[in-house]
Amino acid sequence: MAIEISNYISMAIRSALPILICGIGLVFGSRAGIVNIGAEGFMLIGAFMGVVGSYLFSSAWIGVLVAMLSSMLISLIFAYFTVTVKADQVVVGMGINMLAIGLTTTLFRRLFGMNTEPIKIESFSPLAIPGLSDIPILGTSLFTQHAPAYLIFLCIPLASFILFRTDIGLKVRAVGEHPRACDTVGINVFKVRYGAILFSGLMAGFAGAYLTLGLLNFFVEDLMAGRGYMAVAAVVFGKYSPVGVMLAALIFGAGDALQYRLQAGGSVIPYQFLLMIPYVLTILAICGFVGENKGPAAMAQPYIKE
Amino acid sequence: MAYLEMKQITKVFPGVVANDNINFSVEKGEIHALLGENGAGKTTLMNILYGLYRQTSGEIWINDKKVAITSPKEAIDLGIGMVHQHFMLIPALTIIENVVLGMKENKQILDLKRAASDVCAEAAKYDMTIDPFMETWKLSVGQQQRLEIIKALYRGVKLLILDEPTAVLTPQEVSVFFTMVRKLSEEGHTVIFITHKLPEVMQLCGRCTVLRHGKLETTVNINDVKNKQELARLMVGKDVEFSVQKTPAVPGEEVLSIKNLNARNNKGLPALKNVSFDVHAGEILGVAGVDGNGQSELVECLTGLRKIDSGVIRIMGVEIPKLAARTILEQGVSHIPEDRHRRGMLKDMSVKENLILMNYFKEPYSTKGFLNWKWISGYAQELCKEFNVKTPSIEEKADKLSGGNQQKFIVGRELERKPKLLIAMHPDRGLDIGATKYIQSRIVAARDSGSAVLLVSTELDEIMELSDRIIVMYEGGIIGLIDDPQVTREYIGLLMAGTRPQDSLEWMSPCP
Repeated sequence: MAIEISNYISMAIRSALPILICGIGLVFGSRAGIVNIGAEGFMLIGAFMGVVGSYLFSSAWIGVLVAMLSSMLISLIFAYFTVTVKADQVVVGMGINMLAIGLTTTLFRRLFGMNTEPIKIESFSPLAIPGLSDIPILGTSLFTQHAPAYLIFLCIPLASFILFRTDIGLKVRAVGEHPRACDTVGINVFKVRYGAILFSGLMAGFAGAYLTLGLLNFFVEDLMAGRGYMAVAAVVFGKYSPVGVMLAALIFGAGDALQYRLQAGGSVIPYQFLLMIPYVLTILAICGFVGENKGPAAMAQPYIKE
Repeated sequence: MAYLEMKQITKVFPGVVANDNINFSVEKGEIHALLGENGAGKTTLMNILYGLYRQTSGEIWINDKKVAITSPKEAIDLGIGMVHQHFMLIPALTIIENVVLGMKENKQILDLKRAASDVCAEAAKYDMTIDPFMETWKLSVGQQQRLEIIKALYRGVKLLILDEPTAVLTPQEVSVFFTMVRKLSEEGHTVIFITHKLPEVMQLCGRCTVLRHGKLETTVNINDVKNKQELARLMVGKDVEFSVQKTPAVPGEEVLSIKNLNARNNKGLPALKNVSFDVHAGEILGVAGVDGNGQSELVECLTGLRKIDSGVIRIMGVEIPKLAARTILEQGVSHIPEDRHRRGMLKDMSVKENLILMNYFKEPYSTKGFLNWKWISGYAQELCKEFNVKTPSIEEKADKLSGGNQQKFIVGRELERKPKLLIAMHPDRGLDIGATKYIQSRIVAARDSGSAVLLVSTELDEIMELSDRIIVMYEGGIIGLIDDPQVTREYIGLLMAGTRPQDSLEWMSPCP
């Protein structure tokens, strides 16, 4: 029983991580007034490029780096269309998602062929923290994670601090609320929004790479299964704060892990319904399950300078 | 030499010359009025000075040095600050966050505690106490304005531009505000005061520059100006009739009756608390009060746009709260809404289409579901003529008309329906003197032909001039009902601020 609980918690955290990593980036984007539906596509690019990087350089960490840079490049396209051209953010986001599916599928087939056996890549392996990992139940589940997991959990207080206590965080929050007011005090709204989007891209790339190099250890075409959208939902659910996103991601992760457990345990419920668990949670989260939840006032509105 | 000189400034927007070769100079430490009707180019000129617009041609000199101001950042660096008509504060942030936002002196890690004590010290100089860690949305409009000034002062402003600063204040707040501005000027700050209110210019300013249709009319010393009529002539270009001709009201039957009305605002908080009053045919009931004291919610309840919690609203004896907006309008109600862009018109549709919004489904506007465009065009043309709407054609998009002409066609559309009850909210907000007087006279004419009129306005002068009776709203309730024409504006001002004078006055009967 103890082992099962430990495994379950461990699985929940691992399932939560891609959503959480992507969500931290999205918090900054959302706070700056950007609805980033394109997160799904950013993440997919990251997932693929992580595999490519790891394959070419035989290092998972370099894979992550390659993934982050690639997603950031894609997010630059998103930023150009939404901030400079002032196109509709949702439409551009959907476009990016389709582009990402096409691009990764094509490149994957081109690089690795159609019907080969799974490619061999360097992936992350669990890293036990000496001492802490010996604690019963929680020790193995919390402190036998992949290295990026520790990094991300350490990043959460840092992200909170940056968002709420620093000059740059204040600018990000202000730009999402009232861009014109920011303009009148000499803030370059476009620069702040570009920065927030690029950071979202960077983190989405990381999240995607973790998905392929930490969680799944392979790449298949179109493997996202809506995790990018769930990250967007986690940001809303978590009320646009890093800590909130962490909690939201863990709840989604718990749902995902539950679904695996029930399937593996031979539940009487048809598995199709079990697969729905994380998505039902997402829908509940978005539908104001969390009560009144007001996002930044200038959400999704392009800023047009007079 | 003058502290600030703007030389031959021209600003061309596509199709419009907003500023045409304007010369404008301001001395250090003076309070200089920039006077003109709406659309005269005052705000454009100041937006150029503040770096929000770039002039098409012309030069700006400060302290005898030519400067290029391409963004607010450079303006701020030159010691220029601007308090915009619509405040540039972020409601979700705290006061202190609003103050320090975007300052280049900020360290990467913010020391808000230190900034807060500096700001409090600065505020204390002007007899203000603030709680720097309060969220800004909790401030009253007057407090927000003072916060805007503090924000500018904290940035070391030397030249402060105030854009229509008194539009949102009660008379008492205006006098507090004037004291503050005088103090600023005594301390060597230079103030540019954009306004179209003549008494304020006479009271506060040393000199006055008048713009008309984008051109410089003149700059005068206020001491040399005899009275406000003279200023008005400069501003409008012809003699202005200040008062609206109006005979005593002859009230008829009760048209609107409200009993113990309660409703909540968009945040779910009580917005109307036991409001009761009535309006009779042939009278204008003015609703005075500072913006945000329940007036919007009141009008929305009356027009079917907001659910009520409890109470009774009857129009011509018919209970209306459960009725759809259209059914209410069909009872003979006309509505000139608070925000014409949001509720009065469809900006991307033509003037003609906008004029039939209430009636398109009826004969002769349409037959069996098909619109009679020929008939509608004739009708629209007549209506535009009747109400002096200046438009190139009735096919023009409503958006392309000036604010005054938009308002005129809305007023025309509503009055043409010969309403039993006319609900008019800020009917002349943002309009120049000419258009204002015209709309006011049409409202009085509607009264004389037997309409009951509910006039909601934050402009006390307008309320006092037009109303036969006045109610004052404060925090969702009615704090006073006034039917004596002799009552002073100071008295109403006190009520607007929530103070009920203790000395019992015969003509004032508090509402239940």
